[in-house]
Amino acid sequence: MGYWSEMLEGGWSVVEGMRVTVRRLVQPVVTVQYPRKHLQPSPAYRGHTELKRFAETETHACIACGTCQRRCPSGVIKVQGVKSHAKSSKVATHYLIDYTRCSLCGLCVECCPTQTLKFSTQFALEGVSRWDGVIDLIERLEENKS
Amino acid sequence: MWQALGNMLGADLSRLLLGLVIILAFSQLNALFLVWLERKVAGHIQLRPGPKEVGPFGLLQTIVDGIKLVGKELITPRLADRKLFVLAPVLVFMPVLVGFMVLPFSPGLIIRDMNVGLLLIFAFSTFSVLAILAGGWASNNKYALLGAIRSVAQNVAYEIPLLLSVMAVVLTVNSLRLSDIVSAQHRVWFFMLQPVAALIYLICATAETNRAPFDIPEAESELVAGFHTEYSGMRFGLFFLAEYTNMFVVCAVATALFFGGWYGPFGFQLGIPGVVWFLLKTYFLLFVIMWVRWTFPRLRFDQLMNFSWKVMIPLSLANLVVTAAVIKLI
Repeated sequence: MGYWSEMLEGGWSVVEGMRVTVRRLVQPVVTVQYPRKHLQPSPAYRGHTELKRFAETETHACIACGTCQRRCPSGVIKVQGVKSHAKSSKVATHYLIDYTRCSLCGLCVECCPTQTLKFSTQFALEGVSRWDGVIDLIERLEENKS
Repeated sequence: MWQALGNMLGADLSRLLLGLVIILAFSQLNALFLVWLERKVAGHIQLRPGPKEVGPFGLLQTIVDGIKLVGKELITPRLADRKLFVLAPVLVFMPVLVGFMVLPFSPGLIIRDMNVGLLLIFAFSTFSVLAILAGGWASNNKYALLGAIRSVAQNVAYEIPLLLSVMAVVLTVNSLRLSDIVSAQHRVWFFMLQPVAALIYLICATAETNRAPFDIPEAESELVAGFHTEYSGMRFGLFFLAEYTNMFVVCAVATALFFGGWYGPFGFQLGIPGVVWFLLKTYFLLFVIMWVRWTFPRLRFDQLMNFSWKVMIPLSLANLVVTAAVIKLI
């Protein structure tokens, strides 16, 4: 490139760059002041898993088959269930996940035979002990009912 | 009070003393405001709000930062050259203050209207390079030394086109007195007659004050913090203060040389006092320097040198020769 054309091109790129930034300068600020204002997380947000509530039964459909428990690569799921009598199907009584070690791979959601798992949209979790990261999904479902 | 002081010290000395006090107060206030402005401009260019928590629009943020800086411990590295290490921040700040003495804020508001005013400013602004070299050398730190060396090389390269571009204006006015230079721009500001010189001056001034994209002496990404790596507390604060004050002086000189000083555009004063015009233009130029900083990435060292020796110096020299020829012919 010639001496003069390089200078002209460089000079023009300077003008172009300054034009971009001055436009930004007058555009509105995009920062959300977090503790005072909240953003609605997108429905596709992957928080920890939670049990779906089905409209027909008004409860979850977990049969405590343990597929998710075996499938989980981090081994953070523990499901317990009971049969009310010998011929009835199993119903989950406890569904525990240790969210502090969950890698959010979503295999549990995919492999669930009754499709009763989904991702919650909760993002601002806090706790003072590592056991605060262990969440009982059935308890959570009961709490959310009220 | 003015009379009493005048009787005691003589009019000249008391004027100087009073001026110095005003300069000191003004330079602190100016630095506080400029840091705030810089952070606001940076924020809004990146679609962030900038400081907003302390005081209205975050205006008190820099005062709080300043108090924190004053309260910090002054650390001197064990193997540093103690005397030089302590002296460097003072040495960097003092010459900047001298520049203020001859700045023509308005016809009556010049502390000392010297006939070598312009020369004085540029002679003393070169001191800051020495101070940076002293600081970087005395720190006994490889990053500080590298920053100092870069600063010297950069300033040697940029001093030449800076002075050559200024010389073009001096040739047209035939005076080094700043008030004479401003008076000559009553109708036409010199950036219309000398656009190349004005542009070269602004670019070189940015390099002279170590501002981005020419901030390689303190390149954070390569040299930690460059020449002030080892400085803490108010010693670092003085370097910072000197940088912002230096920016103000450089922009004020640009206003006086190219943008009509205390005059309004085309001789229309619009009822605004001269000093307000002067400050308005100066702060606009400061804003432009900040705008440039938040637009362009830092130059590589060889690019910086190439730009100076291959573009700036030949151009400013050609500009000077053409100006001299035109003046001779008219």
